Amino acid sequence: MTASHAEEPTRRDFLYIATGAMGAVGAGALAWPFIDQLNPDTSVKALASIEVDISSVAEGAAITVTWRGKPVFIRHRTAEEIAAAEAVDLKELRDPQMDKDRVQKPEWLIMVGVCTHLGCVPLGQKGEYGGWFCPCHGSQYDTSGRIRKGPAPQNLAIPDYVFVTDNRVKIG
Amino acid sequence: MSGHSEFQPTSAPAKWLERRLPILSLLHGAAVAFPTPKNLNYWWTFGGILMFCLGVQILTGIILAMHFTPHVDMAFSSVEHIMRDVNYGWLIRYIHSNGASMFFIAVYIHMFRGLYYGSYKEPRELIWILGVVIYLLMMAAAFFGYVIVWGQMSFWGATVITNLFGAIPVVGDGLLSLLWGGFSVDNPTLNRFFSLHYLVPFLIAGLVILHIWALHVPGNNNPLGIDVKGPQDTVTFHPYYTVKDTFAVVMFMLFFAFFVFYMPNALGDPDNYIEANRLSTPAHIVPEWYLLPYYAILRSIPDKLFGVGAMGLAIVTLFLIPWLDTSRVRSARFRPLYKQFFWLFVIDAVVLGYIGAKPPEGMYLIIGRLATAYYFFHFYIILPVLGLVETPKPLPESISKSVLDKSAAGKPA
Repeated sequence: MTASHAEEPTRRDFLYIATGAMGAVGAGALAWPFIDQLNPDTSVKALASIEVDISSVAEGAAITVTWRGKPVFIRHRTAEEIAAAEAVDLKELRDPQMDKDRVQKPEWLIMVGVCTHLGCVPLGQKGEYGGWFCPCHGSQYDTSGRIRKGPAPQNLAIPDYVFVTDNRVKIG
Repeated sequence: MSGHSEFQPTSAPAKWLERRLPILSLLHGAAVAFPTPKNLNYWWTFGGILMFCLGVQILTGIILAMHFTPHVDMAFSSVEHIMRDVNYGWLIRYIHSNGASMFFIAVYIHMFRGLYYGSYKEPRELIWILGVVIYLLMMAAAFFGYVIVWGQMSFWGATVITNLFGAIPVVGDGLLSLLWGGFSVDNPTLNRFFSLHYLVPFLIAGLVILHIWALHVPGNNNPLGIDVKGPQDTVTFHPYYTVKDTFAVVMFMLFFAFFVFYMPNALGDPDNYIEANRLSTPAHIVPEWYLLPYYAILRSIPDKLFGVGAMGLAIVTLFLIPWLDTSRVRSARFRPLYKQFFWLFVIDAVVLGYIGAKPPEGMYLIIGRLATAYYFFHFYIILPVLGLVETPKPLPESISKSVLDKSAAGKPA
């Protein structure tokens, strides 16, 4: 391209650009399968929801089930725990959320047992707020699983779930 | 590689090969006749030691892969199978696991040598950058290898480290499931980490070739940091440095063997002899020792996103050193102030490593924050300013003159 600046683009210029553009689109399209294969596959997604029988969980007790490779806490809360959770002033909270927005039935608290800091599993009925305590970096959660103290930024996550019957809950 | 060698093959097969693929003269020019400064000290042997380490890891790794099963239900027990059932499996695995630590000991010495003698300065910037890329790949390879044995520390280390990517706004969550191949660290994660663990060492090998190729254009730096002025300043690589490097490698092997045979688990975490359990987190999660300084930087920032950012910047900073250091004198021998700040930085790096192993609370948190601040202060304030205000000592006329003056004064050359 020495003296041809002023000249009209040639047919060859057009072909170069068209070929290059087509090649780039093709390479991009072909790259997608190679990236997408890293995403969760159908067998992983097929196990994305579970059903749990909760009839045997007595008041004041809890079970931990595995859902999508993560622990899910299902806690049958006592009346005192519910009252304590509901009595909290929202202004005290780092991630303000009403207790009633975190449960479908007040006696059943169902949440993902993964600390929102760096992914450790908190221990139940420990810590200053009678809820959960993470042994890794000292985050403390209350009886509604809301963050109260320590480095975690958010409340323990609530998964999507429905009560199929009174005694069966479907998570996911 | 530079250094047009005068190599002339004598035997008939060598002549036959040379006419078709001039690999013998290439190797002769790079590893036999290559003109090397005559004053290199033992800190310069760590390049050869690192090549030895890479070879050891690849050889033992290929063997271990023949006996290892990359599946969440079998990975941990297949490692125990290697330890108990496979003939000499314990030896090969201990060489491999301690070999990772040896590799990092050698690379840290190699990097600090480069920092002390200014080996990253013009015209050797690209050698340094290729080296930092190799170092990053080493950290990736070590992390993948640590995860695939599927102990408690493997699993929770992988969880914490991958969760760091979740701190990235907007794309974080999508990136996480892309990394994991699921909703948490699980079998797909183990499989892909195994694949990558096998791949990365060969990428490193390729980059090592580029690193040496780039080195052979200007030739080695040296303890005086001044340029080679002629043949009187150099000796041929063989036999002078092949012998010196071999001796250093043998000494290094003694150190290596001491760990393999007498304290094979001293550098590891006992929690990793417990099989991964996704429902129970170990009380105290720490990475392997060679990553501790970065972990300390991560945790010294109370905000998740900025913590991850600071750790990333700590690594990116290494790439910028050739331009952050404004002094044109390479060797710290002639930089009275830099020499002191160099050692302060070494102490800072060790302090960060110590803090990284401790829980982030009380005094540890305060010291960790100060040490993190000093890390960045060293690179972004001290290095640029020092080059402008420091008066370097007079440089010697030539390598050869300096060596001869020393021997005339009765000291070893």
